Amino acid sequence: MRKSLAVIYVFLVSLAAILAAVGIGAFVLLILGADVVTVYRVILTEPLKDLFGITEILVRAVPLILVALGIAIAFRSGILNIGAEGQMQMGIIAAAAVAIALPTLPKYILLPLSLLAGALGGALWASIAGALKARLGVNEILSTLMLNYIAAQLYGFLLRGPMIDPAEIQMGSGTPQSVRLPKAVWIDRIIPGMRLHYGIVIALVLAVLVYLLLWRTTWGFKLRAAGAEPKAARYGGIKVERCILSAMILAGAFAGLAGAVEVTAVHRRAIEGISSGYGFSGIVVALFGGLHPAGIIPSALFLGLLLIGADMTQRAMSVPANMVLVLQGAVILSIISAKMFINDPYARDRFYRFVSRRGNEPH
Amino acid sequence: MDEKIQNLKIMGITKRFPGVLACDAIDLEVGENQVFALVGENGAGKTTLMNMLMGLYQPDEGEIRINDRKVQFHTPAEAFAAGIGMVHQHFMLVPNMTVAENVALGAREFHSLGRLDLGGAKKRIKDISARYNLPVQPESYIWQLSVGEQQRVELIKTLCFGARFLILDEPTSALTPQETEELLDLLRRMSEDMSIIFISHKLQEVTSLSDQVGILRHGKMVFTGPTSAQSPAKLAALMTGHEVNLPKNECPEEGGLRMLSIKGLKVRSDRGFLAVDGLDLAIHSGEILGLAGVSGNGQKELADALAGLRPVESGVIDLEGRNITNLSPQEIISNGFGYIPEDRNHEGIVPSFSIKENLILKDFASPEFSQGPFLSLARADKYAQALKERYDIRSPSIKTQAGSLSGGNIQKVILARELARKPKVLVAVYPTRGLDMGAEEFIHTRLLELREGGAPILLISEELEELMNLSDRIAVIFKGRIIDTVRGCDATLKGLGLRMAGLVDGAEGGAA
Ligand SMILES: Nc1ncnc2c1ncn2[C@@H]1O[C@H](COP(=O)(O)OP(=O)(O)OP(=O)(O)O)[C@@H](O)[C@H]1O
Ligand SMILES: [Mg+2]
Repeated sequence: MRKSLAVIYVFLVSLAAILAAVGIGAFVLLILGADVVTVYRVILTEPLKDLFGITEILVRAVPLILVALGIAIAFRSGILNIGAEGQMQMGIIAAAAVAIALPTLPKYILLPLSLLAGALGGALWASIAGALKARLGVNEILSTLMLNYIAAQLYGFLLRGPMIDPAEIQMGSGTPQSVRLPKAVWIDRIIPGMRLHYGIVIALVLAVLVYLLLWRTTWGFKLRAAGAEPKAARYGGIKVERCILSAMILAGAFAGLAGAVEVTAVHRRAIEGISSGYGFSGIVVALFGGLHPAGIIPSALFLGLLLIGADMTQRAMSVPANMVLVLQGAVILSIISAKMFINDPYARDRFYRFVSRRGNEPH
Repeated sequence: MDEKIQNLKIMGITKRFPGVLACDAIDLEVGENQVFALVGENGAGKTTLMNMLMGLYQPDEGEIRINDRKVQFHTPAEAFAAGIGMVHQHFMLVPNMTVAENVALGAREFHSLGRLDLGGAKKRIKDISARYNLPVQPESYIWQLSVGEQQRVELIKTLCFGARFLILDEPTSALTPQETEELLDLLRRMSEDMSIIFISHKLQEVTSLSDQVGILRHGKMVFTGPTSAQSPAKLAALMTGHEVNLPKNECPEEGGLRMLSIKGLKVRSDRGFLAVDGLDLAIHSGEILGLAGVSGNGQKELADALAGLRPVESGVIDLEGRNITNLSPQEIISNGFGYIPEDRNHEGIVPSFSIKENLILKDFASPEFSQGPFLSLARADKYAQALKERYDIRSPSIKTQAGSLSGGNIQKVILARELARKPKVLVAVYPTRGLDMGAEEFIHTRLLELREGGAPILLISEELEELMNLSDRIAVIFKGRIIDTVRGCDATLKGLGLRMAGLVDGAEGGAA
């Protein structure tokens, strides 16, 4: 009886949260003067109507999963990394630079090398904030956020200067982008004509590995203990500062890898806008997924659906795709509120009482 | 609306938590100006029952009546409004605010236009402290106060909210003997104008203070009756279902190898002064050294420094001939050091971790519970299950979150972990604080067993009887130094009490 009530409670709260998010979105749509029902119908169903839509959802889900896995590791270890966007850009730069510098290497060396470089680039960038936190206690929310700005400037500078495609200068168009990456570094596409690529396999395998890391290894035990109660962790002999630093480095590596996969599989040259907010959406995905790989995968697919759906509405109904940002914000708000309700024993208690009073009332 | 509470009845109250029947059809009645003592083992449901009286939880079944009118409290504020006030097991004060601010914070009537009416609060505090002879400075900051003084502030706060019916959940578990005596006197005086429900594991207090006593066991009220017919021993037997005999350390023969020696130790407190100031101490194998002292005289800092959790400014700590001064906690643990810390809720356990995970907190990386980089979950399960049974940890399963256990059961988790590791040396800080008689007996027996096995134990406690029962020698700490050491069998309550106040043979104590 209790158990089924608890399940019903969690379900109802989650449902209310989703409805609230949809409601906020509807409100904004109304202000924009759009047809709310049609917009939602397009967003939620249009992408699922053909193979192209579905594969595109998966294409978006890949970087989202990768970034969110890193975020989950960081959050579980007690460090709130919101610098995935910058870490991802560093990953793109590093992966592209390695590929451009060593174009003659065979694929089975160059591709792994380039992905590794991407992960290292992100890790290095994240380690700045990690070290500041571990050594000096600098608030990681501030430092990662600030590092995002620096990364964005650096990224823009490199694509306009040292890494710009010489052809762009010759032709005088000056589009900030690198040369096309050598074929040897391309991640293959799975279905001809579609952009879906084998990066999805990388993402799924890593999701399993992250689960194993956090819940099945001694290292994960340390990280989770340090995140859950640093004082007790220290008492238990765990080096909390080291955990913070390593969690941050891992988180950065995942974001960097997301960038490397994106550039080698989808764009195949470093251009502006590759990261396109995945670093932030990844946080939403991680939270929505309960900071657990098994939750992160479906929530990345869901957000992928929203992103594609919004693109389609923009084309079909001239509603700006930025609407998705509004929806994302609404989703964050409602998840956080729902979490509070789900974890609050008093609220839960009140619900049980409400239900049982209804049940007991004489008819 | 300020009518007297002549009668409070709890009728058939039941409360379930997932997998736990915390309160099982409990009846209870408290009359005017009565002191009702509620006792029972750890996890029996005392706190849960009182939380329902305060509107923090709602009963699944049953009802509460005041003066024979049915009441229902949905929030603590409604309970306050009806005149019921509670001092919780854990203090609920804001440390960096003053006494007056803490009082004003909780009471609506002192909020005006978004500001706190501190003047009004101070006046109310003065009135109340004069009426019950409860000295307290409204301007002092909470962090400056001793535990006993904070307890007094909690009480004043509750009275300032207009309580006419007082609930005290283990108010004495963190107090020194003198502070406890003062509190009991105060409650006796207060019972002349109000009714009190008093929860305690110390049965002497129960028999000396209360009129009626109720005993909870596994959520059921198994006994209620007048206290005058009961002795502490009889109560203990009723509570646990068997006779409780606290074991004693039989007067020991001298000698044994020197295992842990501390020389000239200096350690700073969080506030920066030298809390441990040139302390010397040696503990031999197979010896329990009791450390007596009023809390705040450097006990916590000493224990932290031994465990490597606080830097040592100068001096040497030597374990079995190895210098362990300022090693990392990890290195000290692997040298066989066991530690039962004072802060059990946030230091002794990771509250959001399961019981199982907490039991392997120090050993998850050992070959016993890991294989290469992986945890051996099956072995950890078996280990945790065995410890849960051996240490009688009351919970639905080893997967239960440790933070949701009752205070006593949290302590059992910590003890189980530390003792099962077979430490070479154990430092135990207030190991039985808040534990029921049965659990205390159990822990004392385990500590003596460990001693039999040859491990030296540093037992830090304020319970002089506990120290006298268990210790081979008792050292008294005062202002960060040992001012005297006596043999456990020769110690007397009076002698220890005097030394704890810094007096040695009538003179103000200084160096050892
Ligand atoms: N919020 C909760 N969720 C789940 N179980 C709970 C919760 N609060 C208490 N319990 C369980 O209810 C039982 C009664 O707990 P309670 O805190 O009332 O015990 P107690 O008699 O006050 O013990 P102690 O003397 O150790 O303070 C315990 O088994 C405890 O684990
Ligand atoms: Mg309790």
